[in-house]
Amino acid sequence: MTERTITRADLAEAVYQEVGLSRSESATLVDSLLDQIADSLLSDGAVKISAFGSFVVRWKGERVGRNPKTGEEVPIAPRRVLVFRASQVLKDRLNAAHESEAAS
Amino acid sequence: MTKSDLIKRLAEANPHLTLRDVERIVATVFDEIAAALARGDRVELRGFGAFSVRERAARTGRNPRTGEEVAVPDKVVPHFKTGKDLRERLNAHS
Repeated sequence: MTERTITRADLAEAVYQEVGLSRSESATLVDSLLDQIADSLLSDGAVKISAFGSFVVRWKGERVGRNPKTGEEVPIAPRRVLVFRASQVLKDRLNAAHESEAAS
Repeated sequence: MTKSDLIKRLAEANPHLTLRDVERIVATVFDEIAAALARGDRVELRGFGAFSVRERAARTGRNPRTGEEVAVPDKVVPHFKTGKDLRERLNAHS
């Protein structure tokens, strides 16, 4: 199976095919959907999409890292990171596809 | 925010669309991402992040209660990497 990369344009095309808005409006809606998720993560720190997964903002404290090339110790500043946890429904869907591919 | 909050916000921002259309748009986007991952494809949403599929090899696990060995088959797990823009926005005022 050849691996493809799906982009915003592919999602917009799917919305265009499925919902019947214009292509440009479909693209705008995909962008605003992603913007809404990002804005909500920045303001509340969590977005939960049932049957898909949840995005949570976590706080990471300062720690000492190491430059793997030189072995030199460098401090890594405390920061906020975004974590995605896939729902069981999504995990099951991927594994069902994975198994049927392995069987064929 | 939940999926229904997301639908509500998008509907408010697009008063010319019916709620049913907005529900279909949201469902289509997430279903398209899930379908791509099920095919083993990568989903790259510039500025937001990228979803990919990682393989986990088969291993021998153990039932923690009985200590019995069980074969765990190889499987795939979805992975998300935050995009550069969003990562920077998360740390903009720290």
